[in-house]
Amino acid sequence: MEKKDYRPMWKDLGLNLEGHDQLLAVLGNAYKDIYMLQENRPKAMQYLDFVISEAHGLRIEELMEEKRKGNKVIGTFCVYVPEELILAVGGTCVGLCAGAEIGIDEAEKVLPRNTCALIKSFMGFKLAGLCPYIQASDLVVGETTCDGKKKAYEILNDYKETYVMEIPQMKTERDRALWKGEILQFKDRLQEVTGRKVTPENLRQGIKIVNEKRRALQRLSQIRRAVPPPISGLDALLVNQIAFYDDPIRFTRNIHTLCDELEERVRNGMGVTKNGTPRILVSGSPMALPNWKIPYVVETSGAIVVAEESCVGERSTRDLVREDGKTLGEMIDAIVDRYMKIDCACFTPNEERIEHILDLARDSKANGVIHYSIQFCTPYSVESYKVEKALQQKSIPVLKIESDYGMEDVGQLKTRVEAFLEMVKG
Amino acid sequence: MRTAGIDIGSRTIKLVVVEDGEIITSSIADTTHDPLEQCERLMAQTSFGRILATGYGRHFFEAHFDVPTVTEIKAFARGAKEIFPGCRTILDIGGQDTKAIALDEKGRVFKFEMNDRCAAGTGMFLEVIAKTLGYELDEFGTEALKGEGNLQINSMCTVFAQSEVTSLLAKRQKREDIAYGIHVAILNRTLSLLKRVSTTPDIVFAGGVARNPCLKYLLDEALVREIKVPKDPQMVGAYGAAVIAGESAEIGEMTDSS
Repeated sequence: MEKKDYRPMWKDLGLNLEGHDQLLAVLGNAYKDIYMLQENRPKAMQYLDFVISEAHGLRIEELMEEKRKGNKVIGTFCVYVPEELILAVGGTCVGLCAGAEIGIDEAEKVLPRNTCALIKSFMGFKLAGLCPYIQASDLVVGETTCDGKKKAYEILNDYKETYVMEIPQMKTERDRALWKGEILQFKDRLQEVTGRKVTPENLRQGIKIVNEKRRALQRLSQIRRAVPPPISGLDALLVNQIAFYDDPIRFTRNIHTLCDELEERVRNGMGVTKNGTPRILVSGSPMALPNWKIPYVVETSGAIVVAEESCVGERSTRDLVREDGKTLGEMIDAIVDRYMKIDCACFTPNEERIEHILDLARDSKANGVIHYSIQFCTPYSVESYKVEKALQQKSIPVLKIESDYGMEDVGQLKTRVEAFLEMVKG
Repeated sequence: MRTAGIDIGSRTIKLVVVEDGEIITSSIADTTHDPLEQCERLMAQTSFGRILATGYGRHFFEAHFDVPTVTEIKAFARGAKEIFPGCRTILDIGGQDTKAIALDEKGRVFKFEMNDRCAAGTGMFLEVIAKTLGYELDEFGTEALKGEGNLQINSMCTVFAQSEVTSLLAKRQKREDIAYGIHVAILNRTLSLLKRVSTTPDIVFAGGVARNPCLKYLLDEALVREIKVPKDPQMVGAYGAAVIAGESAEIGEMTDSS
């Protein structure tokens, strides 16, 4: 089938067409090498293959169609931005490009070299004109989860207006009050941008849609805990990554179809690996699309990833918003409470994250934990010490990896991961 | 049965053949631009039933000859334990990497660390600095032992350290004192790695850099005990792989796919 020519649309969006062609070629090849060569993939992954192949095409066309209808596109970088409110005012919430080593030369003109790869990436994508999502966004929402992002948004704001939400750093009543103020202010801003009011009716609908999406992802998270797992860690990560881009209702439906197939596999004792394959929990910094480095290294070294304790993973799907709110105020409170539960490493103290990791390691029957920090990601890198200590106390093997989006350390990482797996296997 | 271990390192390739725990042959060649040819050359000089590959080049070897692999970590652990049964800690400094490995009483690896993407403080680093100071690599450690003082080398990056050494030479510092200072700098880096992983005796020092007498002397002093260095420290990984090959019944005979 002839693929549609999206170049006129990309040109209208102000993308750098030549660079964008190269990007798509590189990503297409990487996807083929990493994803399509996997054996025994679930059939329903075809939907995700399709979404990926149209991530810069059909999906963007859909967003443009929404915009023509007067609906707004809100671009985000973080699981703190409440999608419920965005849906309430008829908006679409999309994650912005931040997972590839792109536009580094451009990014390093405005950022220090030793900046985390995710920050460098979103700046690079914007400055090099390669992310159609940020181009299509009517509002970009940042947040103060770390110093690097916080200060980088000041610079990003020079190129694309960026609204920043203040994330508290502790979890006291005062912090909850601050966060509630931020949620209310964000609601006002959305009303201003869209010219629509948040009402109990449309917010209830927004809460329901996002909860349903999270329930589908929770279902997937449960099913892959089976022995043997019916889906690879790479594929499960991809599902969690696409959750940030796809239409939430269509996505939810397709993930349930995938889960039906996976449950069928589990009933038949069918897995993607042999029995006895070491099971790994990956914990730490987010793995934004298309950052597949860690699961790729793990799963080409004879192990399987069974869970991601990460913003692209459990951290964004674990908690639901209470659906019993009747008034707008009650619903806002339910949203405030749900988002305050997120155990991001930007909080201090952050004991609940350690508890969650221990629980998840047990529930996913992990034989070992790989703690992944993006290089220069201070919150997760520093917290890895406490994570390692807690895991060692429970005699769970742990390997700490610090890496960026480059490929030059893959050989090194493979040796470390393989040695870790030899250790896990005993 | 005779079994072999081949350790394909960044600078050299090592091949060891064992039978009933005894080393039958032990050979080494430079890795060069064509490591596969070098492997074939080494293998042609001896005979064995099955072989296990290790080292950074293990995967290309695996792809070419369809033989199983183990990491350097496991191979060195096994080799060191075989040579020194009391071994609990291994320090391996090779051509381009440094590893510290902690073993439990039974010789199982329970913790390890290796340097990241940079070759600071490895054999390659010593080679570059020796050359800058006008020494042959083989005499570098012996000559450094003649040096003294507390010249501090601040940079561990090969390129920066080289320019630091050049500027010390320009200040007319004695080259053996600079050589000594370089060894102390590597010592400090190595000590901090060992302290993170283990300093439980016996500590076995392996890899090509273990042939350097100055570093061995400094480590003995700093750890207040004698570090054990095998007779052929470079061969420990290949030896370990050969021993593992002899134990693993599932490892089939080598089939030549070429």
